[in-house]
Amino acid sequence: MTLAPETTDLKIQLLLDEDWFTVCDLTALTPGRGVAALLPDGRQVALFRDRAGELYAVDNRDPFGGAAVLSRGLTGTHRGRPFVASPLLKQRFDLVSGECLDDETVRIATYEVRAAA
Amino acid sequence: MTATPGATPTIVLVGHGMVGQRFLEALAERGLTATHRVVVLCEEPRPAYDRVALTSYFSGKTPEDLSMTDLEFIAAHGIELYVGDPAVTVDRTAREVTARSGQVFAYDTLVLATGSFPFVPPVPNKDADGCFVYRTIEDLLAIEEYAKTATTGAVVGGGLLGLEAAGALKGLGLTSHIVEFAPRLMPVQVDEGGGAALLRTIEEMGLSVHTGVGTQEIVVDDSGAVTGMKLSDGSELATDLVVFSAGVRPRDQLARDCGLTVGERGGIAVDEQCRTVNDPHVFAIGECALASDGRVYGLVAPGYEQAETAAATIAADEAAFTGADLSTKLKLLGVDVASFGDAHGTTADCLDVVYSDSRAGLYKKLVIGRDGTLLGGILVGDAEAYGTLKAFTGSVPPVSPESLVLPAGASGGAQLGPSALPDDAIICSCHNVSKGAIRGAVTEHSCTTVPEVKKCTKAGTGCGSCVKVLGQLVTAELEASGVEVDKGLCGCFSQTREALYEIVLALRINTYQGLLDRYGREEARGGDGCEICKPAIASIIASLAPTIGASGYVLEGEQAALQDSNDHFLANLQKNGSYSVVPRIPGGEITPEGLIVIGEIARDFGLYTKITGGQRIDMFGARVEQLPLIWTRLVDAGFESGHAYGKSLRTVKSCVGQTWCRYGVQDSVRMAIDLELRYRGLRSPHKLKSAVSGCARECAEAQSKDFGVIATSNGWNLYVGGNGGATPRHADLLAQDLSDAELIRLIDRFLMFYIRTADRLERTSTWLERIPGGLDHVRDVVVEDSLGICEELESLMADHVAHYADEWATTINDPEKLARFVSFVNAPDTPDPVVGFVPERDQIKPDLPLLTIGHRPLEGSAQR
Repeated sequence: MTLAPETTDLKIQLLLDEDWFTVCDLTALTPGRGVAALLPDGRQVALFRDRAGELYAVDNRDPFGGAAVLSRGLTGTHRGRPFVASPLLKQRFDLVSGECLDDETVRIATYEVRAAA
Repeated sequence: MTATPGATPTIVLVGHGMVGQRFLEALAERGLTATHRVVVLCEEPRPAYDRVALTSYFSGKTPEDLSMTDLEFIAAHGIELYVGDPAVTVDRTAREVTARSGQVFAYDTLVLATGSFPFVPPVPNKDADGCFVYRTIEDLLAIEEYAKTATTGAVVGGGLLGLEAAGALKGLGLTSHIVEFAPRLMPVQVDEGGGAALLRTIEEMGLSVHTGVGTQEIVVDDSGAVTGMKLSDGSELATDLVVFSAGVRPRDQLARDCGLTVGERGGIAVDEQCRTVNDPHVFAIGECALASDGRVYGLVAPGYEQAETAAATIAADEAAFTGADLSTKLKLLGVDVASFGDAHGTTADCLDVVYSDSRAGLYKKLVIGRDGTLLGGILVGDAEAYGTLKAFTGSVPPVSPESLVLPAGASGGAQLGPSALPDDAIICSCHNVSKGAIRGAVTEHSCTTVPEVKKCTKAGTGCGSCVKVLGQLVTAELEASGVEVDKGLCGCFSQTREALYEIVLALRINTYQGLLDRYGREEARGGDGCEICKPAIASIIASLAPTIGASGYVLEGEQAALQDSNDHFLANLQKNGSYSVVPRIPGGEITPEGLIVIGEIARDFGLYTKITGGQRIDMFGARVEQLPLIWTRLVDAGFESGHAYGKSLRTVKSCVGQTWCRYGVQDSVRMAIDLELRYRGLRSPHKLKSAVSGCARECAEAQSKDFGVIATSNGWNLYVGGNGGATPRHADLLAQDLSDAELIRLIDRFLMFYIRTADRLERTSTWLERIPGGLDHVRDVVVEDSLGICEELESLMADHVAHYADEWATTINDPEKLARFVSFVNAPDTPDPVVGFVPERDQIKPDLPLLTIGHRPLEGSAQR
C-alpha cells in the first residue's frame, strides 16, 4: 500500500515469496476499477487503485460463486475501509484485510502491492 | 422390528401434514424431543408441505418450494420420520401402532393428526378415468398429466378449493366450469351479495359458473373415460375431466377401528386439551379432531393452536383449545375475499352496513351490534381493511362503520390505520400475536425491520395476510420512538435518487466525484463511494448526458469506473465469469441474412444460443477477450448493442399486426421498430420493456410491459406500469385512441417523468404504486401537464434521441477501451482457465466443477 506518485513509467509489483513480481504499468489501472493478473503458479489476483492512488491486491476468485471475477467488481469505501463488491452476488470484501463484510466467516487472500520504477 | 419401550418415553405422531409439523416444532420448543423418542408416520411420499398454497404449484412453485419440513430440524431433534409408511392399526391395550411396512412402534403418547379426505359425492361413475380430487401434490401431478389430453374441465364444488381448482384448470389451458349445489359461490364464507360480486368477477375471467345445480352422474365413454356430467336441472355438461372439491371429511377410520369415540358426522372426539375422550394416552389434532366445542376445524390456524395445546399438555403445561375464530382472508384467482367474526349476522338484533359496487366487483358488509360493536363482516374485491377490521371485532370502532366500508376516495370514507388499534388486538391470527407483542419487538427487542420482527414474534410467518399491517405497525413504532427512517440512497448520499436527479439537472453537475464531494454525506465526501450509488449516479448522468454536458458514451473517462460490471464490459456476466451477447433486433424483426450472421458468429465462437422472451437471440459463453471480436463482426453486419446488460430499454416486442394478420388493425411491427429505435440506449432507474400489439387480442403481451401499446381501429391505446416476473402487474390504461405523434409524445413524457422521479432499481410498476396520487397523478402530469414540465420532459428526450450512438461501434473503434477486454492484464492472450464448458444437448454449458477447484479440498471422488 504505497502512495503512488503520478509517473508514467512506474510498474505495479506484487510481493510473492519475498520477491517482487512485476505485473503491469501503473497506467493500466483506472482509479475505481480493477484488473486481473495471472501469477506464475496459476493463481489469479485482482488489482485495484482508488481515487487517492492507493493500490490493493486480493485473490480474484469470488469465494461464493467460484468464478474469477472480483477484478470486475465495483469498489467503494465502507466506514473508511476500501472494499470491492463481487459482480456475481454483490458480497463486499475488504481490500486490506480480505474479510467479507457481509459474512464474517469468509476471507479472501490479500497481497502486498507497490508501484516501483 | 418391534421397538421396546426403554427408559425414554415414546411419542408417536400419526400424520405429517402442516399441523403434524407444527406439533413437532412445539415439542422441540418445549424440550420434549430431548426427553422423548419421537416417531412420525407419514402416509404421503413426502414430508409436510404447505397444503394451503397447493395451487401455487401451477404458478411455478415446485414441490420442494412448498415443503415446510426442514430435514435438518428433523435430524437435529432426533425425530424418526417414516414417509410413505402410514399407520394401519392401533392397539390401545398394548399401546402399539403398526405401520404399513410392518414396523411396530410402542408408544406412551399417541397423537393422531391424520387430517381429512376429500368428500366425493356418491354419483355413478365417480371413479372413472378423468375424475380427480384436489388435496395432495400427487393429485395435482395427476391432474396436470391428464389435462394434457383434455380440452374441458369441470369442478364440482364452488368453495374455496373448488375455485382454486377451476383457476388451475384454466391455467392448464382448459375451458373451465364450476358446478356448485348452493345458490352462490363460496357459500360458507360469503352471503348472497358477496357471492354475486364474486360471480361477476369470476365469470369475467372466462370461467363458467353453474350454481344451484347438483351433479347426478358422470358420463363415460366405452373405454371408461369421462365425457361429461348430468346435472340436476336435466342439462348435460360435456367435459373431459372432473375435479371433486365438495368439501372434506375427517380421517378418523384409524380411531374408529381402535374403539375411540367419533362424532356423528365424523371427527375424533377430544377434550379441551385435545386428548381423546376415551383414552388419556391418545390425542387428536387438526382436521381429524372434533373439538370440545363440537366443531371440526378445517383451517390451519386452529389446527396449529391444537398442536400447541397438545404439546403443552404433554409437557404438563396448562393449555386449552376451546374453539377458534373462522376468519379468513384469501386471494382467489386474484380476487380478495375475506370474512371475519359473525360474517353471516347470526347474533340477535344485529344490523348490516353494506357497500356494493357491482361495476367494480366490490362488496363490503359489516355486521354491527345494537351498541355499535363490530361483530364481523365480509369483504369481496377489496380486503385491504381486513387486518384492521378484524382486530376491531368485538369492540366499538372509533369511527362510524359506514366510513369503514366506503372507498377511500369517497367523501366520508375513512381509513383506520393500525395505530388506532388497542394493544391486545390480535394482528397475526396464525400465531396469535397481539399488537402489543409486535410493538414490544421494536421497543424492547430492538427490531428495526419487518423481517426481524417476523423472526422475533413469528407474526406474519403463517398465511402472511397480516404482513401489510405488520409493516405499518413497525414503521409507526419506529417513528414514534424517534428513530428516523433514513430514506437516503445509500451510506454515501442522504438524498433520494429523485433529489439527486434534480441536483444533477439543475446544477449541471456532470461528474460523480463532483456530486459526492459537494452533496454526499459528510463522512463520504472525498471517498470512493460505494457499489450502490456509483451505478445509480452513472445512470442519472447518462440519462441527462447531452443536457448537462457529459459524454453520452458510458465508458468515457470517469463514467467507466462507475458502471456495474455488465455495463463496463457491455455484456452480461454469467455464473462462471463468461458473458452473453445480445444484439438489438428492433421489434423482433430480422432478415434471413441477419439470422445467418448471428448463426455463423455463434458457430464460429462456439456459443450457446437461445431465443429470449423479448424476441431476440442471446449468445452465451463468450470469454471477455472474445467480446470485441464478436462485436466487430456484428457491427460489420449492421447490428447494434441490444443493451441487455444495461438498466435501459431492452426490447419492444411486437406481433405481426395488420400487414399479415387477419385480425390486425394497425401496423404494430413498424410502431415497435420506431419505438425501439427511439428509446434505445436510454439509461433509466431500472430496465424498461415494451411491446406493441396489432389488435385487442394482445399477442405481444403489451399489458405486462413498462409501456405497452395496443392498436385500436382509431389509433393506439397506451398502457403503463405493467410487469411480468416475480410480481406480475397488469399495466394501466394511460390514454386511448392516440395518433402516432400523440403516442410518441406521451411515451416521451412518461419515460422522462419516470426517470426523474423513480427510486434506484424501481420498475415502473412499483413506482406507479408508490408515488403519491398513483396513476391519476401521473396522468395529470404527463397528459394534462399539471406541473408545467412536459415541455422540458420532451426536450430532454429529444436530446437523448439526437445524441444516441451505438456503444459497441464506439468501443471497437477505440484501441484504449479495447485494451480492457482481456482476462489478464499481464497475459492478454491467455484465457481465464476457470471459464470452461462441457457439452449438453448439442451445445455448451458452463463447466461448473471447474469453479469449485481451489476453494474446496480436492479429495477422492468428491471431484468429477
